[in-house]
Amino acid sequence: MSAEPIATFESSLDDLGVDLVRTTADEFASTLEPLLDAPAVGAPLPFEGVSLPETVETDPTVAELDAAATGVTAAGYGIADYGSVVVQGGAEGAEPVSLYADEHVAVVAASDVLPDMDAAFDRLAADVRSGTRQSIVATGPSATADMGALVQGAHGPMDVTVVLLEGA
Amino acid sequence: MSADRRRKAERIRHLLDTEGDAVHENTQVFNEGRYESTGDLDDYEELKAEARTIKEDAIERLPELIDDVTAAVEANGGTVYLADDAEDANRYVRKVVDGRSVVKSKSMTSEEIDVNESLEGSGAEVWETDLAEFVLQVADEAPSHIVAPAIHKSREEIATLFNEVFEPEEPLETAEELTRFAREYLGEKILDAEVGMTGANFVTADSGTLALVTSEGNARKCVQATDTHVAVAGVEKLVPTVEDLQPFVELIGRSGTGQDITSYVSLLTPPVDSPTFGDDGLEPGDDREFHLVLIDNGRMAMREDDQLRETLYCIRCSACANSCANFQHVGGHAFGGETYSGGIATGWEAGVHGQESAAEFNDLCTGCSRCVNQCPVNIDIPWINTVVRDRINRGNDGDLDFLVEGLTPDDEPGGIDPQKRLFGNFDTLAKLGSTFAPVSNWVGRTDTARALLERTLGVDSRRDLPEFERESLVAWFERRGPRVSREAASREVALYPDAYTNYVRTERGKAAVRVLEALDVRVDVPAAGESGRAPLSQGMVATARSNAESVFDALAPTLAADHDVVVIEPSDLAMFHREYERLLPEDDYTALRDRSYELMEYVYGLLENGAGVDALPDGDGERVAYHSHCQQRTLDLEPYTVAVLEDCGFDVATSEVECCGMAGSFGYKSEYYDLSVDVGETLAEQFEADGNADRTVVASGTSCLEQLDALLTRRPAHPVRLLDRE
Repeated sequence: MSAEPIATFESSLDDLGVDLVRTTADEFASTLEPLLDAPAVGAPLPFEGVSLPETVETDPTVAELDAAATGVTAAGYGIADYGSVVVQGGAEGAEPVSLYADEHVAVVAASDVLPDMDAAFDRLAADVRSGTRQSIVATGPSATADMGALVQGAHGPMDVTVVLLEGA
Repeated sequence: MSADRRRKAERIRHLLDTEGDAVHENTQVFNEGRYESTGDLDDYEELKAEARTIKEDAIERLPELIDDVTAAVEANGGTVYLADDAEDANRYVRKVVDGRSVVKSKSMTSEEIDVNESLEGSGAEVWETDLAEFVLQVADEAPSHIVAPAIHKSREEIATLFNEVFEPEEPLETAEELTRFAREYLGEKILDAEVGMTGANFVTADSGTLALVTSEGNARKCVQATDTHVAVAGVEKLVPTVEDLQPFVELIGRSGTGQDITSYVSLLTPPVDSPTFGDDGLEPGDDREFHLVLIDNGRMAMREDDQLRETLYCIRCSACANSCANFQHVGGHAFGGETYSGGIATGWEAGVHGQESAAEFNDLCTGCSRCVNQCPVNIDIPWINTVVRDRINRGNDGDLDFLVEGLTPDDEPGGIDPQKRLFGNFDTLAKLGSTFAPVSNWVGRTDTARALLERTLGVDSRRDLPEFERESLVAWFERRGPRVSREAASREVALYPDAYTNYVRTERGKAAVRVLEALDVRVDVPAAGESGRAPLSQGMVATARSNAESVFDALAPTLAADHDVVVIEPSDLAMFHREYERLLPEDDYTALRDRSYELMEYVYGLLENGAGVDALPDGDGERVAYHSHCQQRTLDLEPYTVAVLEDCGFDVATSEVECCGMAGSFGYKSEYYDLSVDVGETLAEQFEADGNADRTVVASGTSCLEQLDALLTRRPAHPVRLLDRE
């Protein structure tokens, strides 16, 4: 993977007002810690050598979900041109975790940052065919202009942070 | 004015007063955003062409794709129901919902079938969770825009509404407060709901995947929080494969709200398996039910209709609404039918609700063509409006025909509205006006004549009528003859005498002849008649075709001699370049298109190819405000006028509006006068602003000149007048 998509990804995220935080599997815990506002919820992360701290509730009740300040999930891949992360929810709960918390922290492997929508759709299509039931191309926080001015944070999160896992 | 025209005029005035400001402000943001966001795409045109090809193929193969998606959804564990019409769809949805509570995300197709009413009638509770739809549900109003349904409401109005209805402890005021309140209020409804209803922007036939293009996150919640998912979608939403979604995903947000991409593009292949909300908390979502309700409701008939078929390619992005000057000013409550609004709505309403629904607003499309290049699937929206107008004309029973008989040697049936017939036959009218000038001009100014015109034909008496010249441009030229000999000529051209230049604004025709001659061009002015633009704008397609054929016959010798055709009036050049494709045999169309040029474009070409700019007057820094013409801009011909004027030493500022609002006959019609002036004032304000107020005003189009003349104290002229030494 060349460095170019990562640089583009970072600048696209910057345009969206989304912070990109770089880390490695070894440093993951210490990188994540300051990003977590309590109470935090999460869905299990699929990356080797990476796990969520115990303070992050991975089996939340509805009330805990609703009250969550931070929700941590993996993202299947990133799309550099757009600054998007693809959240592939499933039985383990990434969908509600990424939707209800005030801030969504999405963890994506640097090797999964794709350059553009063309590449993303090749992968999205392959995933659909191998049984992935939902892929959300999420770009920045939820937003609405329906109340007379642009507001970040409509039904979904009002902030997004992307954690880029290098060397994974 | 007839009762019907009066009712229409009052309604438009009311909407301009109550909704016009909010609509204008909000559509402006979308419109500017679209220009900026699509401008960032290197391959914008390629993506549009790709999207168009996918849609053409999908609609061509629609029956096969319906079979494919049915098999795919069933294999995934869901159900597909193909509903013939709204009632059929509603019956099925009522059965699935079975009185349970429903939360919905935004879906225009669900508006089309009035599913909320149907469900509430069966005892189910239904909540719209899209914030704009929620506002409308609380206000009990209909959408005024297909993407931003409450675009006609200001923040203040929404705050007042919420404070009255919900009586919060602290009155709500800011957009943030209103949004938080709605999120919490609807959050409880989502938690309690058992059925989640969504639409679909696209459905892939190969996998049964829905693509939902949203920003608020409510569609995701509606699906995740419930254990039954019902998606309603028109059959035209099918595309063959998941890969086919890519160009649409890149185009739809940019074309609609001017965002590169919306916050969420959800690709759901339902039934999805995210944990759902049960009675006691999160429960596994593997028992979720999924029903895809595919709706025909007239679409399969549209598919068989050679003129309406293109409508089915529409991805409902709203670019045609946002780029439309009339829409920007009056909004979708006037510029819309039972469900859909904006330019393409004519096709949708005619197809799904019937011609009467389209007839209500179809005239608000003036054919300015600003939407044409904005449509992400290259639909010729003005043409659809023209065809439906023609069909409406043919479906009417007229009772005032005698008033315009004799003035109207057209090819139209008896039932057509006499107002349309009058304007559609402008050429005949102008010929008579010119023959009897100046008497015709004096008569035309009398109160009696104006009152009669207004009462019987709806020609607004607040508009000055055109002043006809006794000597037409063609007659003047016949008398005068060409002034550049064949031997001395660098090129030979026919200057096309459009009806306005020929009978009304002959001075710009004479200036054009002299300017071309100054650049060593031998000019002829053949007696070619009206281009067909006037009848076409009234939906009189047969008359337009017959005019087009006559014009071609008159210009054929010019083309045969390998000479060029130069056109002063941009709307007529647009006929030659766009609409003639549908009116003339293909060879005739391409021959004329390839050799016809807008006047200033031609002058630019002459200067680029060696003609000396010294032959033209020196602008010497004269400050000029230039308004190009809508159709001229669609053909991308605005820059030539600017370049020529700058080459000649003028200091040029240009307008930034989609259209002047006059649009041929539109601004003369009493039911549309107020809207026309409202649109025109935006242009006038730009030319009255600091830095422009002292500039000489020039405009390429006849209509634009009429409008500017009415709204400014400075008298505007065609830019060629600045280059004329006389």
